[in-house]
Amino acid sequence: MNTTPTVPAPPAEPAGPPPSAKGTATRPGDKIFLGLSRGSGILLLTLMAAIAAFLTYRAYIAISENEANFLTSFEWNPQGEPVEFGIAILVYGTIVSSIIAMVIAVPIAVGIALFVSHYAPRRLAAPLAYVIDLLAAVPSIVYGLWGALVLVPYLGGMNKWLDQYLGWTYIFDKTGTGPARNLFTVGILLAVMILPVITNVTREVFLQSPKMHEEAALALGATRWEVIRMSVLPFGRSGIISASMLGLGRALGETMAVATVLSPSFLFSGHLLDPGGGTFAQNIAAKFNEADEFGRDALIASGLVLFVMTLLVNGAARLIIARRKEYSGANA
Amino acid sequence: MAKRIDVSGLSAFYGSHRAIDDISMTVEPRSVTAFIGPSGCGKSTFLRTLNRMHEVTPGGRVEGKVMLDDENLYGSSVDPVAVRRTVGMVFQRPNPFPTMSIYDNVAAGLRLNGSYKKRDLDGIVEKSLQGANLWNEVKDRLNKPGSGLSGGQQQRLCIARAIAVEPQVLLMDEPCSALDPISTLAIEDLIGDLKERFTIVIVTHNMQQAARVSDRTAFFNLEAVGKPGKLIEIDETERIFSNPSVQATEDYISGRFG
Repeated sequence: MNTTPTVPAPPAEPAGPPPSAKGTATRPGDKIFLGLSRGSGILLLTLMAAIAAFLTYRAYIAISENEANFLTSFEWNPQGEPVEFGIAILVYGTIVSSIIAMVIAVPIAVGIALFVSHYAPRRLAAPLAYVIDLLAAVPSIVYGLWGALVLVPYLGGMNKWLDQYLGWTYIFDKTGTGPARNLFTVGILLAVMILPVITNVTREVFLQSPKMHEEAALALGATRWEVIRMSVLPFGRSGIISASMLGLGRALGETMAVATVLSPSFLFSGHLLDPGGGTFAQNIAAKFNEADEFGRDALIASGLVLFVMTLLVNGAARLIIARRKEYSGANA
Repeated sequence: MAKRIDVSGLSAFYGSHRAIDDISMTVEPRSVTAFIGPSGCGKSTFLRTLNRMHEVTPGGRVEGKVMLDDENLYGSSVDPVAVRRTVGMVFQRPNPFPTMSIYDNVAAGLRLNGSYKKRDLDGIVEKSLQGANLWNEVKDRLNKPGSGLSGGQQQRLCIARAIAVEPQVLLMDEPCSALDPISTLAIEDLIGDLKERFTIVIVTHNMQQAARVSDRTAFFNLEAVGKPGKLIEIDETERIFSNPSVQATEDYISGRFG
């Protein structure tokens, strides 16, 4: 049901040597467990290395034949003469649609999570949390169909409105009259899709915020909102960041829903409401079946870039969290 | 500055369970009043009714009156948030905000109450930290997180945070029970200084502490587990520890039960 490519787990740090048992008797249970856990760790690293090696090898074949600049070209013509393909339009489409999704989804998700964890009466909170869980269980092709059949026609009017009143911002200037099969619609659809993930993770974090810090704020005469601002949000900050990154990972890699809604094209347009554009995952899904061996290598090369992008996003999230560690609630 | 507390006919509930029953007492301004009694007798619950923190607990409910000078804290037009700004509280476990620096911790309550100029804020933070006997230890690292201090320092930081907003009353819920003896001594000395300016109510399990720091002592007890806690007597500390008027008090302080 989930076509999201596995978000590569950051390579596990090589586990430090377990407390050496030299000189003391080792029990068989310890040995077996050590073997199992070490084996799992090694298996994960091997898998990651294998995927990276496969992607790099096939990508190398494709890129070495490429006549255009792989990173900056707006063409995608690996089977043509001359061979020219580049990912610029895919980078643009993927990043822009994900940014739109994050801008919409993160504030709403944090709001829902706060409502469920700190405002809603308990009778309402539990069913609400359950409904949000259900949202996460909807298959992405269903989201895609909903997007194509409901969202696209309904957003036509909104597009017109945005064009009319916010057209001067350039990005909301609509140059054609085509249907709303554009990056903006994709961003909204992705926002709906990543909302449950972000909501659930942040809600869990908010529920764990220590009672004693909330009481400290209350006793100073803080209102409910001030309690949240002084003790819940700071405690949950790294949780919000990692939840957002989880959502971003899904948005970057989402395939079926995007492929169903977008009318792909390799013509660049900075106007978000113009139909067209494409994302990495959507492009691979759309082109893979009709591609020959070399065409597939070219697609794999673009997949490698997505892989690296996701790794960078995860790394950045970790850096942000680590930098705030001294102030985080964890050492309270 | 400091105000008198006058409690009459106060009962507190958790859902349908009556935790304390019909308590009446007077707490004099600029004095230290200690609450002692066995675990579960409701002294902490009673303390939390004095700044309307009890009703924060799900199911928490209060009947009766708490007068702060002429104002009933449970009057229908009284905002609990405003009550907590006049009646400060220090908790059992030190709870400085872990995401804030030492400076911001002390300034936290002030920033809730309004905007201050940086210079004024600096002055109040310094005064409050001095008031909590912490200034000399932290003046060179005001921008470091409060969670990096020792337990005793953290508790004094919490006291500084509470007194920075100049409350009328300072409630302390076993403020030393998580601290070592030296830190405890520092807090007890501090309580002696603070009572010049504030009305202080302190819950403690340590009877020597009650005897050392308080002017008046109230003894709470409950008939049996599950029954509501009651105020047995309140009197001058000296009298409670030498010649109490109720037998149960004498039994408790001499260690015959509890």
